[in-house]
Amino acid sequence: MQIELLYFGRPSDNLNIMRETVSPPAGIVTIGDLLNWLHLRGEIWVLELTESKIRCALNQEFASWNSKIKDKDEIALFSPISGG
Amino acid sequence: MSISIQNEDFDICVELSALRSASNNVGAIVSFVGLVRDLSYDENIQNIHVEHYPGMSEKALNKIILEAKSRWELLAIRVIHRVGTLTPNDQIVMVAVASTHRGNAFSSCEFIIDYLKTDAPFWKKEVKTQGGEWVVTKESDIERMQRWMQKS
Repeated sequence: MQIELLYFGRPSDNLNIMRETVSPPAGIVTIGDLLNWLHLRGEIWVLELTESKIRCALNQEFASWNSKIKDKDEIALFSPISGG
Repeated sequence: MSISIQNEDFDICVELSALRSASNNVGAIVSFVGLVRDLSYDENIQNIHVEHYPGMSEKALNKIILEAKSRWELLAIRVIHRVGTLTPNDQIVMVAVASTHRGNAFSSCEFIIDYLKTDAPFWKKEVKTQGGEWVVTKESDIERMQRWMQKS
């Protein structure tokens, strides 16, 4: 499974990343699972990608941590929005 | 119905005049323009940087406009959101709505900007001499948006 990951706002800045393609291992079913898998990268990832501090989108629609993911999905992780 | 996400500034007169000519039935145009406020409360802030999620931001704004059209009878809608580096007093966002009567135009314009604040993926960052700070969604903005949910 290949996932296109996009980052916006604070996590993008603090993790110094805008986009990447990842291949999560079997067993990663939801966006929440994906987040936990990214947490394995280290403390800063846990800190920046805490569920209570960020929101997510699945294929350009707001999504929840329980949303199921599949091959070729585009997932975005971002801090609370503040436009206008 | 048109949406623009752009770096360039916009001319409200040009935009309103385009809405005016949308139909012979336009009896009311209501517009909202949001500006970057004075940043002098913190001398370290140099400017504001606005970013968006290309693709999703257009979709989200379209969804908000479609919802507005389903609630009120509207003749034309124009939404412009600027991105990039902005300084105090710069225009950052415009929502303008044309309708036959003022009631629909007033309500829908407020509805669109309220929803834009909580449902469109834009982010503002206060750029400081060292680093910067991302502005978070205001509680009052969420409350304003929720009022519309009760009305639907």
